[in-house]
Amino acid sequence: MKKRTINIAVTGLNAIDSPGPGVSVIRALREAASFDVKIIGLSYESLEPGIYMHDLVDRTYSIPYPSAGIDTILERLEYIHEKENLDVIIPNFDAELFPFIKLEDKLRSLGIHMFLPTLHQFEEREKVNLNDFGKKYGISVPKSKVIYDLNTVYSLLSEFSFPMLVKGKFYDASIAYSIEQVKSYFNKISAKWGLPIIIQEFIHGTEFNVTGLGDGKGNTIAAVPMRKQYITDKGKAWGGITISDEKMLDMTRTFLKNTKWRGGFELELMKNKDGELYLLEINPRLPAWIYLAVGVGQNIPEALVNLALGEKVTPFTSYDVGKMFIRYAWDMIVDREEFEQISMHGEL
Amino acid sequence: MKLRKNVAVSEAGLLFNPVLGESFSVNPIGVEILKLIREDKSVDQISHTILEKYNTDKATFEKDYHDFIGILYNHNLIETNEETND
Repeated sequence: MKKRTINIAVTGLNAIDSPGPGVSVIRALREAASFDVKIIGLSYESLEPGIYMHDLVDRTYSIPYPSAGIDTILERLEYIHEKENLDVIIPNFDAELFPFIKLEDKLRSLGIHMFLPTLHQFEEREKVNLNDFGKKYGISVPKSKVIYDLNTVYSLLSEFSFPMLVKGKFYDASIAYSIEQVKSYFNKISAKWGLPIIIQEFIHGTEFNVTGLGDGKGNTIAAVPMRKQYITDKGKAWGGITISDEKMLDMTRTFLKNTKWRGGFELELMKNKDGELYLLEINPRLPAWIYLAVGVGQNIPEALVNLALGEKVTPFTSYDVGKMFIRYAWDMIVDREEFEQISMHGEL
Repeated sequence: MKLRKNVAVSEAGLLFNPVLGESFSVNPIGVEILKLIREDKSVDQISHTILEKYNTDKATFEKDYHDFIGILYNHNLIETNEETND
């Protein structure tokens, strides 16, 4: 029987050293068992490698940055929809989730489906709210404090010991071993990402990540834990291995059950030497290493699309343990005309 | 003392701990000793097997054996008696 073809738009085509998840998501969708796909790439920059991967991406359109405002984004999406008859959009960047969540109803009325966390879920898991989040949902999180002013830095000494983490609201984190370093990182990170800055207790241990999918009703549709084996200087996984840790899966199920999380996610966890787990961060979207989950038996992007379309999805219950992903860099040769096409006309 | 049940040991000597995602390599004698531990052999039985096969003395074997077990323990590959009894 011929499978139906779904037109899916995907962002995050920047398969660079700090990669967006788009290309991995597309690979997963191309391997979907339950449907065929036409992939429409949505790009922000003309040099995002995914734009030129014609075996993965059928057509790409540039879209405005989230800062352009919801109306401008909607206008562009309506234009793309007119051309491509989109069924589903999978946004893959934290920063674009807010406008896409805001646009979800409007896009649904046009026949475009998404499967995103609610605005409440999205805001509640923000780094600045992590303490309250942990308390509310019974999940261990490292102690953290939000600061807006460099003058309050000295008051941290009574609450935190060194080293401590200095984190940006959205991105960046540095380990500070002295008050001078706290001040320096405060200035550096706030200059780049704005205020506030989050000071977080440093948990000594090993970092793990879990990716998965919640159905919005408290059920775990998918969950795959991974340990990074090869980390770039930007802290990104360049290699990793699936692991089997019941405690980690329990924490994931608790997170999904208590928050009724809707959509894909990545949990960043730290395990200390006593085996205690701490939730460091919740990324409200699929991670760049999502193809590992596909490789071990859980095609999470496929399940996400089916949920977005209102299909019944059977939860995954197992995955292969000890399977690795190893990322690589690959030079593509691209005609200048293609670059010109996407740069000047916003379409390729 | 037991090697954790879920720790995989390949013929070539690669140990994989699936809970932590850590891998280690051991030499052929290490693989032999790990096999004997998996078979629930006592230290004396392991010592006897190794001394019969290799040109070494008991004191050297015991020192190396306990060093080896210490390393396995530090990497969380060995179950303690309390865990085994649970």
